[in-house]
Amino acid sequence: MERTAVRGRLTWRHARVVELIDETAGVRSIVLDPPDWPGHQAGQHVDVRLTAEDGYQAQRSYSIASAPEDEHLVLTVERLEDGEVSPYLVGELRVGDELELRGPIGGYFVWDVPLGGPLLLVGGGSGVVPLRAILFHRAALRSTVPVRLLYSARTLADVIYREELIGVEADHQGADIRITLTREQPTGWRGYTGRIDRALLEEVAWAPSERPLTYVCGPTGLVEATASALVDLGHEPSRIKTERFGPT
Amino acid sequence: MAMLDGNAIAGQLYEVFGAEMTTVAGVCAYCGARHQLGEQYVYLRGPGTVVRCRSCQSIVAVLVEIRGCTCVDLQGLAEIDLRRA
Repeated sequence: MERTAVRGRLTWRHARVVELIDETAGVRSIVLDPPDWPGHQAGQHVDVRLTAEDGYQAQRSYSIASAPEDEHLVLTVERLEDGEVSPYLVGELRVGDELELRGPIGGYFVWDVPLGGPLLLVGGGSGVVPLRAILFHRAALRSTVPVRLLYSARTLADVIYREELIGVEADHQGADIRITLTREQPTGWRGYTGRIDRALLEEVAWAPSERPLTYVCGPTGLVEATASALVDLGHEPSRIKTERFGPT
Repeated sequence: MAMLDGNAIAGQLYEVFGAEMTTVAGVCAYCGARHQLGEQYVYLRGPGTVVRCRSCQSIVAVLVEIRGCTCVDLQGLAEIDLRRA
C-alpha cells in the first residue's frame, strides 16, 4: 500500500504538572498540560522518562486515565515499592514540575464508539486506569452502548476513583459499576467479595450470545484468570482484549 | 519473571518501525498462529525484550538495545502484515 503522508515520529515532549490528586494511599493522578498534544484514544498509554543528574534514564509506560474529551491529560500511577520511576511520580513530583513523555501509544487496547458493545470492562487494582478513560469517553459522547465495569480492589480504601465511580453523584450515562473487595469489606458492604472467578464472571458478564467486547486490565494473575474463565464460559477469545500490568 | 503483553512495548516498537505496531498481525514461524503484536506475551527483564507467541510460547521477536541502536530479531515470525501499521 502506498503512503503519501509522512509518518509522525514519536517524540519526547515536556508536559507541565498542573495538579496532583491523591487517589488512594499509594496511587496518585498526575494532571498534565502537554503542549501540542495530538489527542488520544481511550485505552492508550504514554511512556514517561526520568533522567537523573548523572544522565541515567529510566522509562516506564503508564495508561492514560483521562477521556480524549477532557481538558487535560491525566495519568494515574501506582507506587511500586521497588520501582525506579513510580516512587518519584507518586512521592516527589510537584505541581509546576515538568515531566518528559511520549505518546499516545498503543492501538490494541483501545475502544471507540464505532466498535460498539455491549462492553465488559474488568479491572484489578490500577488496571482500572485505562478502563476509566473508556468509561468517560463513552459518557462524554453520550453513547448508549451498554457497559458494565467489574473492578477488583483489596479494600474500599484501595478503590481508585472511588467518588467518581460509586459516589452519589456518579452517573456515567447509565454504566453499571460493580466492585469486589478481596481482602476486607466495610460493615454493610453490598458489593461483591473475593477475587474475580468463574462464578462471579458468570453473574456479572453479559451472556456470550450477546457477543460482548471485553477489556481486561490488571496484574497478570487476574488477567489470566479472567480471560480463561470467560473463554470457558463461551466468550469469543478474539473479543477479549487484555493488558497486563506488572513491575518492569 | 513478570509476563506482560505487546502493549508494554508499543513505544519501543514505534521507535523501531516508525508506526503503531500493536495492531499489526504476525504469523508465528513455529506454530503458524496469527496474533496481533499487542496480544503476544512480552518479557522485559531478560537481556533485551523477548516476545513470545501466545499460542505456543516460542520466541517470535527479540529486541536488544546496544549503544543507542536497537537490534531486532524477527526470525520467529514467518510473516508480518504491515498494511495495518
